[in-house]
Amino acid sequence: MSVIIVLIGFSLLIAIIFLILFIRAVKSGQFDDKYTPSIRILFDDEPKKDKDKKHGSS
Amino acid sequence: MNSTKEKLLSKKLICYHCGDECPDDKIYIDDKIFCCNGCKSVFSILNNNDMCTYYSISNAPGINKKDENKRNYDFLDDPDVKTKFIDFRDDKISKALFTIPQMHCSSCIWILENLNKLDEDILSSQVNFLQKSLSVTYNNNTTLKKIVTLLDSIGYEPLLNLEEKRDSKNDKEFRKLYYKIGIAGFCFGNIMMLSFPEYLSISPQDSSGLDTLFNYLNIFLSIPVFFYSGSEYLISAYKSLKNKIVNIDVPIALGIIVLFLRSLIEIIFFSNAGYLDSMTGLIFFLLLGKLFQTKTYDALNFERNYKSYFPLGITIKKDNSETTIPVEKIEVGNRLIIRNGELIPVDSVLIKGNGTIDYSFVTGEALPIKKEQGEVIYAGGKQTGGAIEIESIKEISQSYLTRLWNNKIFSKQKEMNSISLANYISKYFTFIVLGLAIVSSVIWMFYDTNTAMNVFTAILIVACPCALALSTPFTSGNALRIMGRNNFYLRNVDLIEELTKITDIVFDKTGTLTVSGKSNIKYEGMELTKKKKILIKSAVRNSIHPLSKIIFDYLEGEYIITEKFDEIAGEGIYTEINGSTIKLGSLHHVDKEKFEFSGGSSVVHCSINDEYIGKFIIQNFYRDNLSDLAKELKEKYSIHVLSGDNKSELENLKKFFGNDSTYLFDQSPQNKLDYIAALQNVDKKVLMMGDGLNDAGALRQSNIGISISEDKSNFSPSCDGILEAKSFDLFTQFLNFAAYSKKIIIASFIISFVYNFFGLYFAISGNLTPILAAILMPISSISIVIFTTTGTNLYAKKRGLI
Repeated sequence: MSVIIVLIGFSLLIAIIFLILFIRAVKSGQFDDKYTPSIRILFDDEPKKDKDKKHGSS
Repeated sequence: MNSTKEKLLSKKLICYHCGDECPDDKIYIDDKIFCCNGCKSVFSILNNNDMCTYYSISNAPGINKKDENKRNYDFLDDPDVKTKFIDFRDDKISKALFTIPQMHCSSCIWILENLNKLDEDILSSQVNFLQKSLSVTYNNNTTLKKIVTLLDSIGYEPLLNLEEKRDSKNDKEFRKLYYKIGIAGFCFGNIMMLSFPEYLSISPQDSSGLDTLFNYLNIFLSIPVFFYSGSEYLISAYKSLKNKIVNIDVPIALGIIVLFLRSLIEIIFFSNAGYLDSMTGLIFFLLLGKLFQTKTYDALNFERNYKSYFPLGITIKKDNSETTIPVEKIEVGNRLIIRNGELIPVDSVLIKGNGTIDYSFVTGEALPIKKEQGEVIYAGGKQTGGAIEIESIKEISQSYLTRLWNNKIFSKQKEMNSISLANYISKYFTFIVLGLAIVSSVIWMFYDTNTAMNVFTAILIVACPCALALSTPFTSGNALRIMGRNNFYLRNVDLIEELTKITDIVFDKTGTLTVSGKSNIKYEGMELTKKKKILIKSAVRNSIHPLSKIIFDYLEGEYIITEKFDEIAGEGIYTEINGSTIKLGSLHHVDKEKFEFSGGSSVVHCSINDEYIGKFIIQNFYRDNLSDLAKELKEKYSIHVLSGDNKSELENLKKFFGNDSTYLFDQSPQNKLDYIAALQNVDKKVLMMGDGLNDAGALRQSNIGISISEDKSNFSPSCDGILEAKSFDLFTQFLNFAAYSKKIIIASFIISFVYNFFGLYFAISGNLTPILAAILMPISSISIVIFTTTGTNLYAKKRGLI
């Protein structure tokens, strides 16, 4: 049964790691703006100097 | 919005940049047409920098730049002004924060985050779309002025007004709440896991001492929840007891403390499982409710004062050249240049040009006021028409508009004097539960002293009003969200309940019931032939009187340019065209025989060759759907209309609101404030709806002040809610919705009482086991959350609000 003590220790340790990661995420401002990043990720990278297709379709 | 733009695209000439209709196709680059040179220049800037991705993300995303004035930003070199924007600065780089209300789509985000392609001294830029803010990091080779000029050149001029820098206190509060929820959730989950043997009723013999270890781990995990996550409930309860008030936090704190202490005693002295899973779960759910109700509208500011109405910089004339200085540094005797649409920041004397000053925002007068050279112009008006030159006679801190704001109502915090339903009930609830706990433990004393103590604590635990505390935040929070989706933005959730208590509604007229800057014109008299139309139109063209302008816009057709023109101030105009004499103005001016005491200045009589033709009646333009709205409102509430304007509109207003409503005209801001205070003195709950600075005091005095705004990013005075003009007709719906929300809250109270009775039965009979508490509490909380949110959503769906 003593293996359970080790397992409990591990599970708590992992949970605490997640808690610390969560607190770090909040601290770094990830929860301050919950909208803009969702749009930012949709922007394509710029095609490198493609003179023929200058301004895209609209 | 984009779909309507696309529809138009097929038929009309649409500006490639801003999507507005183009008058012709004279302004173009390649195959792209622009409505104005401003739009064209923005396009060429972007095109030259290979930044046309801007146009492919959203359709015609640009901001119209009709006003081509190259603005002068010299005032941004002033060190005092700089500190308003610069957050951080060292030897090499600086970081500045701007508010850009124009941003509206993903293209805006894209271009604002790619500013470094336009100026290599800009290192990076980041947008917060909900706050409409842009943070720019730049190296010190460039200046704040250059960055603002660049932003202006692509159509994103930052908000430059006197308002204080946005404080980041709110962000910190939010982060704290996330920490608390994170920790409470973590501990709650682990305690639940460690309580599993208890749930499965594994007896202590089998577990070989593991249960003791688990229990002590639980204590260890619950300590941060009790002392950190739950601290605000304990502190709030302590504060309210100190003020001899029992609010909703008192029974909650009582429940938390009893849960914690009883669990400690059970575990340490009796080696039993405690109720720590229930305690941490309770705090976790309460905090979630808190997160749900702290929906705030970041981009809106409910605390604005006159300062945000003032521009930051002003053009002055110095040694025959124009420059800009910060508005706060205007001295007496400075020559200021005010262009069309610009605000007059200080009391001044008109030196040059024709002043047509629009005071609708400050005084409520619907029509602009004409000012002659040498006349004093009070601060707060907006010049309409050509540029004028004025000389300041006061400093900004002593101007009329600033003094308006020194009323003591603005210095004190607006307090909620009414108690919310939850707090009202919890007062009785606490005493009943305490009474019940004492009585039943005294009765148990006679049978079993041990059980008596258990029963006492069990009652306090099970009666902890978790559901009671959750029903208001979830119902009102959801209602607030739904209203926000319909362009009605309330400052906080408590106002939903306040809305249901309103007995009187006070309206301002100009800009609230009417649309500012728009007027209805009606002609009465002889038929206007084409020739007469041309004559009248030519006559009014010379006059800069606001009424003349309205008539000029009203009459279609051509006009003749004429030199023979005379304007008699306060009377009217006199023109000779091709041998005909045209007179327009007061009845007395048009026809010497007749004389009339004018009821208002908005009737223009007209005669041609001394023959009376007819009159133009200029009326306010009332909002669409006002009549429907008025009909519904006057059934339930007493309506009052307070106007800063003259009473020429009385008859029209009566058509909407009937004879029973109160109408008062020529009201100063102070009058309005006093009127509302008088209503409140006879125990009326007043909702004030206004728009301008002249209503600011009244909005503040009223129980709920709602400011109506054509565009939510526009200036609105400090208030409790902002209603966008396009949702004006939904206003009764919002009031009904608030009333319905209150019913849902009451219903959920009843549900939570049912759970409490059920729990109390076990508690009084001494059978409350930890597992029962751990089941009962989450179930009651979750069912309340589901009931309140679906209840409000269903109602909103039925009424078409979502």
